Amino acid sequence: MMWNIKQGYVSLAMQRLRRLVHVYVGGIVELNQSNLKGELDRWKSTTYGKTCARFPERREKFEGTSGIEVQPVYTPLDTEGIDYLEDLGFPGEYPYTRGVQPTMYRGRLWTMRQYAGFATAEESNERYRYLLEQGQTGLSVAFDLPTQIGYDSDHELALGEVGKVGVAIDSLADMEILFNEIPLDKVSTSMTINAPAAVLLAMYIAVAEKQGVSPEKLNGTIQNDILKEYAARGTYIFPPKPSMRLITNTFEYCSANVPNWNTISISGYHIREAGATAVQELAFTLADGIAYVQAAIDAGLDVDEFAPRLSFFFAAHNDLFEEVAKFRAARRLWARIMKERFGAKKEKSMRLRFHTQTGGSTLTAQQPDNNIVRVALQALAAVLGGTQSLHTNSRDEALALPSQESVMIALRTQQIIAYESGVADTIDPLAGSYYVEALTTQIEEAAADYIRRIDEMGGAPMAIERGFIQSEIEESAYRYQMEIESGDRIVVGVNEFYIEEEPPKGLLKVDPAVADLQCKKLADVKASRNGEAVEKSLEALKAAAEGTDNLVPYILDAVREYATLGEICDTLRGVFGEYKPSGAY
Amino acid sequence: MGDSMGTDTGRKIRVLVAKPGLDGHDRGAKVVARALRDAGMEVIYTGLRQTPEQIVAAAIQEDVDVIAMSILSGAHNVLFPKVMDLLREKGVDDILVVGGGIIPDEDIPALKECGIADIFTPGTSTSETVKFIEENVKRRS
Repeated sequence: MMWNIKQGYVSLAMQRLRRLVHVYVGGIVELNQSNLKGELDRWKSTTYGKTCARFPERREKFEGTSGIEVQPVYTPLDTEGIDYLEDLGFPGEYPYTRGVQPTMYRGRLWTMRQYAGFATAEESNERYRYLLEQGQTGLSVAFDLPTQIGYDSDHELALGEVGKVGVAIDSLADMEILFNEIPLDKVSTSMTINAPAAVLLAMYIAVAEKQGVSPEKLNGTIQNDILKEYAARGTYIFPPKPSMRLITNTFEYCSANVPNWNTISISGYHIREAGATAVQELAFTLADGIAYVQAAIDAGLDVDEFAPRLSFFFAAHNDLFEEVAKFRAARRLWARIMKERFGAKKEKSMRLRFHTQTGGSTLTAQQPDNNIVRVALQALAAVLGGTQSLHTNSRDEALALPSQESVMIALRTQQIIAYESGVADTIDPLAGSYYVEALTTQIEEAAADYIRRIDEMGGAPMAIERGFIQSEIEESAYRYQMEIESGDRIVVGVNEFYIEEEPPKGLLKVDPAVADLQCKKLADVKASRNGEAVEKSLEALKAAAEGTDNLVPYILDAVREYATLGEICDTLRGVFGEYKPSGAY
Repeated sequence: MGDSMGTDTGRKIRVLVAKPGLDGHDRGAKVVARALRDAGMEVIYTGLRQTPEQIVAAAIQEDVDVIAMSILSGAHNVLFPKVMDLLREKGVDDILVVGGGIIPDEDIPALKECGIADIFTPGTSTSETVKFIEENVKRRS
């Protein structure tokens, strides 16, 4: 089904044209737009032009990351196409440009959620409890790479990787330790897990059962976004088709059994980190979102059954206004897509709720304390953009996993924005800025244009298959690097304002002994479980995978018997095969 | 940037850009691959998730002069030396091997000890990498 976004924009353009002839009447002052145009031209050729002639501006042309030219000044002329009620509306109402909740941060602040996890479940559990004591309000679990790719810690490909970028989870036994003394009915937990998302969700449900917490009381998110793994992040296991099945299976299972769970976090973060511009991040993320919605509808689900539990994940980089505009454009564009393209009826289906993480790729290894300031600006952009939850990066992340002290500064940064800056006290405070409104519209239109091109290719999975999305990202990444190397883009401390400095101290190091310890724990689990029951549960899973049943209940059965993540994923590999990218050159 | 032509035979410098380990962060590897190519080298990129065995086999099969590896997961202390061991086992001693990624300063001496010629950390410009390779490439087959 092809949706004609062009048509939508033609009618939008017509409305804007009509409004051109509107005359603003404000009290005793009558400001005619054509007068304003004349006055602006006059200013440009006189006051501004004369100064520019004598003192040229710093650059010939100013641009955001997406190549949108930034004007010297914005006026009502730049927002004259915007209809307040139709394009902005009120907080909590369609098209949600101003925010998805009626009270936004006046009611409740965003969830402060630091992505954490390393080494063993014991050590990560300790870090989580520390973060909760420090006032963090939600958990975000980082898994190590073998876990993310569905290998047990004793697999040969796990060599050197166990416990490095996150916590190692081999079986339910590890998961029980990970959430020890953390009441799962009181916290919300986000898990960055994609290809084996259904398995980790099943483990979470099983831990909750052991705590006496029923699934309907669980709050949290699984990332579960395989398309961006193929395009930008790399932790895929299965080919697209069975991967999409696992995803729609979780949509279906959760809508019936874990109703408060966010079944997917459609992620632009990694697309951005791989080099995309703000517009590309938005466009490719929403294009992925469209593919998931379509897949679920094709699987026979009702859009209003699953769409309310879709969530998003974006990056916040340094260009403050571009980022704020991106978040606002994201809400408006998604609301329109859900309503107009997919015919969603429920308001909740149209609301784009999102998590934000500050931009890891913007951090520098040089003068790492400067990263605290970058993170503060990025976090501010996320809050001004109306995020629902936020991870602030730590200053030392271009060097290693963050130390406890660095994590605390990152969390304090959020708390200062929340409690001291005043920006959380009114909703969408940058609305009405000529610049931000104009930029919001430009970003929305540029992203919609990309989406139209992707639709013409047959949707995001096809665009990824053809390498279109990857090559667009690579092109932007290379351009960015060349801008730095030519000095056209200044990165403080890297290509300007550098100093001789001592190597940083106090970096976190994961003990290499973790791998041996984890392998020993795995062997213990295998020795103490009921082997026959495990085998039976895996056979049932295999049969289900060969058929068309929803796989989540089978995975849950296997998890409860302490079948390992590797065993479950190997069973599925046996049926589904593995994804082999064609992109190497 | 030089023309990257081998002075003996006029052959271009051949580079295998490789991603050992499981991490999917290949923005840096791809940027470096393209910069090396723009500098006139022939570049082969392995793609993600290569074992040390696969990297060494590819290097020999493709007859490269340079292996440039990138790791951001922290597995460098295990995987980089393993590549060097395998090269030695195969009797290869004339391939220049360099590494890059999130690699703490304190790990660098031991990596150089095992034969990695240099380690490029965040903030390194691609022109520095190009220059290093041009000046240090060992063989001109």
